[in-house]
Amino acid sequence: MSLGPYASFIVTSYAAAAVVVAILIGWVVLDYRNQTARLRELDRSGVTRRSGRSAMDRP
Amino acid sequence: MTLIDLANPTRFLALSARLLPWLAAATVILLAIGLYQSAYAPDDYQQGATVKIMFIHVPNAWLSMFVWGVMSMASLGTLVWRHPLADVAAKAAAPIGAAFTFLALLTGSLWGRPMWGTYWEWDARLTSVLILFLMYLGLMALWRAVEDPSRAARAAAVLTLVGAINLPIIKFSVDWWNTLHQPASVMRMGGSALDKSFLIPLLVMAVAFTLLFVTLHLAAMRNEILRRRVRSLQMMQASRVAFSSDVGSRQDGASKEVGAA
Repeated sequence: MSLGPYASFIVTSYAAAAVVVAILIGWVVLDYRNQTARLRELDRSGVTRRSGRSAMDRP
Repeated sequence: MTLIDLANPTRFLALSARLLPWLAAATVILLAIGLYQSAYAPDDYQQGATVKIMFIHVPNAWLSMFVWGVMSMASLGTLVWRHPLADVAAKAAAPIGAAFTFLALLTGSLWGRPMWGTYWEWDARLTSVLILFLMYLGLMALWRAVEDPSRAARAAAVLTLVGAINLPIIKFSVDWWNTLHQPASVMRMGGSALDKSFLIPLLVMAVAFTLLFVTLHLAAMRNEILRRRVRSLQMMQASRVAFSSDVGSRQDGASKEVGAA
């Protein structure tokens, strides 16, 4: 597979897409960990939801 | 299951937890197939190998508009039906839409340099997509600026619906004005102008990126629901602390008054 004289433009396009998609995935995963850690902390401090369920109660 | 059934965030969390692994797997498989087909697609007789940029650029450009469309539907859900998850959906979609729009602009620019001789031209299509990108950023800033999510939701919903005017402008800009950008070649009257050897990888990549959006959007919506749960619990905790310190200070005051008497 030869990319010709403009290979750098093609490779940069695909690399940029890979980086941006990786950042999006990382953002979603880290945000999930952050929120569940905060819920766990609240649960430990004894704060419960209005329904009476634990803060960490997830289906 | 209807949209009303999903109005319950706990039910939505349960359903999305079951769906996410399947969606992620389907996205990975389709992306792998799409990338393989893109790598082995033939060179274009005019553009040479740079035609491969199309397989990244076009799906991102389509999604930049599609995501705003999703946010507009969600905004209607917020303003008209007051669906509890509508503003969650709109808020979660904005950063993903901004990322796709950024990629459409960047890859378009990288495609433009060898084909047009310039990275950028202030023509109708490029400028209207840049405005879309700036609107995504503005919307994200608005969500962060207003602390109360329900107040931010209504303002953001109005802004999103006003911004939707830009979508037909982007779509038809290549027909209404003279632009460097080529007119529609896939979705047009009379069928696609693309050869199957380009069209099939392009459609596979488009479906793969759409699945990627759905997967990331569901995950981001789950995070937003958890964030709001954290916020309401922190407010309950703060009011409990304020109440107990208030009661404590009143009791202190009362005991001092009794002592003084």
